[in-house]
Amino acid sequence: MTTTSMAPAAAGHPAPPRSAGRATLAGALRSEFTKIRSVRSTYWTLLAMLVIVIGVGALFSYGAAQNFSHIPPGAQAASRAHEIAQATQRSLFGLILGQLIIAVLGALTVTSEYSTGMIRTSLSVQPRRGVVFAAKALVFSAIALVAGLVASFASYFLGQAILSGQHINSTLGQPGVLRAVIGGGLFLAACGLLSYGLGALIRHTAGALTASFGLLFVLTILAGFLPQSWAVHIDKWVPFNAGGAIWENSSGVHIFSPWTGFAVFCGYAAVAVAAGLYRFRRDA
Amino acid sequence: MIEARGLTKRYGDTLAVDDLSFTVEPGRVTGFLGPNGAGKTTTMRLILGLDRPTAGTVTVNGQPFTASLAPMRAVGALLDAKAVHGGRSARDHLLCLAQTNNLPARRVDEVLDLVGLSSVAGKRSRGFSLGMGQRLGIAAALLGDPAVLMFDEPVNGLDPEGILWIRTLIKRLAAEGRAVFVSSHLMSEMENTADHLIVIGKGRLIADCPMAGFLAQGSRAAVRVRTPDPERLAVLVTADGGTIRDDGDGRLVVAGLPPERIGDLAYENGVRLHELAAAQASLEQAFMELTGAAVEFRAGRQHADDDILTGSGV
Repeated sequence: MTTTSMAPAAAGHPAPPRSAGRATLAGALRSEFTKIRSVRSTYWTLLAMLVIVIGVGALFSYGAAQNFSHIPPGAQAASRAHEIAQATQRSLFGLILGQLIIAVLGALTVTSEYSTGMIRTSLSVQPRRGVVFAAKALVFSAIALVAGLVASFASYFLGQAILSGQHINSTLGQPGVLRAVIGGGLFLAACGLLSYGLGALIRHTAGALTASFGLLFVLTILAGFLPQSWAVHIDKWVPFNAGGAIWENSSGVHIFSPWTGFAVFCGYAAVAVAAGLYRFRRDA
Repeated sequence: MIEARGLTKRYGDTLAVDDLSFTVEPGRVTGFLGPNGAGKTTTMRLILGLDRPTAGTVTVNGQPFTASLAPMRAVGALLDAKAVHGGRSARDHLLCLAQTNNLPARRVDEVLDLVGLSSVAGKRSRGFSLGMGQRLGIAAALLGDPAVLMFDEPVNGLDPEGILWIRTLIKRLAAEGRAVFVSSHLMSEMENTADHLIVIGKGRLIADCPMAGFLAQGSRAAVRVRTPDPERLAVLVTADGGTIRDDGDGRLVVAGLPPERIGDLAYENGVRLHELAAAQASLEQAFMELTGAAVEFRAGRQHADDDILTGSGV
């Protein structure tokens, strides 16, 4: 830039090297990582997610093991196969609540900039909004994916350890199990990203969370009240049913296959992110 | 250097900024004056690309700010000191800004030192006083060692020490060759700082001239008077070539006559005075004189006269 010649270094504080000073995507990524790691809400939210996902999975697994132990030994063999088929999903059941918590973090990543006014400062140091938006989305997604995988694997292993007492646990080597456990992490990351997009679109934490919870949770419940003849066509398109297909394996015949369902869910997230980007670029 | 050409911003039916053209030159402090709501902040937001102009252009160092490859080196801005995440420490706040432009982390410590916040660098900015928040905002503006600095009402709400500090800093930044653009709604704040003035009202350019020229152009001294017999005093003052109006607070404001003459008039005619004081001629009054639209200007501003009577030396 030719303009820098107009800015002599202020006395007493040397200018940064001229090689520095460019606003790049790499810089934006570092900045967004600093932002997310330097506020306490990040840690509290992630901790709450881990505790709840792992805790609920352990609780469900414990309940299943207890129930199984009350079956007369002679009758256990008949239901063991069914129990083992349910084992993975049981240990991952906490994801149903985990999705709401990661949605909080996803929304906060962007809504906190609006509620505090920080967005104006952020955009005055990097006016390329697409770069800011992408950096935020990438950093949050990476963190959500890592946390999601940790939560998913931890609750799987803990749940299976509990179930193994009754020999009704699954193993990672069984068909579809590893996919389900990795899928749990992917599912959480996608939930977070969906909420991030809604956060950028709505810009208010409460509003974004209402929208996220409505899409992820309430819609699922409402779909349960549909007449059966509708449900077979609509159920699979409900966000949770589509996204959950990757880690659930028993939700009925009219549900998408795991990867198709997850792709549909990612499509929803992509729509939310695109809508968020559209508004993010418009004004501040 | 900032160059605005025909800059216009319309919000619905309101023209917030109306066909503004001006230049902010390097090496001097350009005061940006206008009452609250005149469009100063909107203009600054347009310069930074936070809003898009309805018409016209504004460039920083010859290009739109949003096209800048090194934005923090181009412009350092303090629009709103509260535009930070209060849960973040001062150092982390500055670090996340510096990182966007690949500025070295040591630059953060340099500016913290420069604004005197080193001792609280690790504290969350939520607990900062108004003055500390303002210093943090200025530290952020200085991070990139920018050629252009913009401060929106930088001394609002500060104590005298903080005001002096900011004034000194602003002058030093201009002396270093930077273009410094400082907004205020009070004339008194600019008198000791600005070299050049850009005055707007209702989004329109009213004056664009050196400081000295502006003072000569308008802003005659006003005199504040309190009397139990305002009607008689009004007659006397008007007959003597002055203008008088009620400020709605039990006081009268007289323009066009020195306090000595008003006192003599009252004495000679047996009108009791309970108060007689020279008031700092304010921007608003200069406006009235410059625009000759006092009535229109006063409409809708209930407390306009509170500002008119702002004393000097603040």
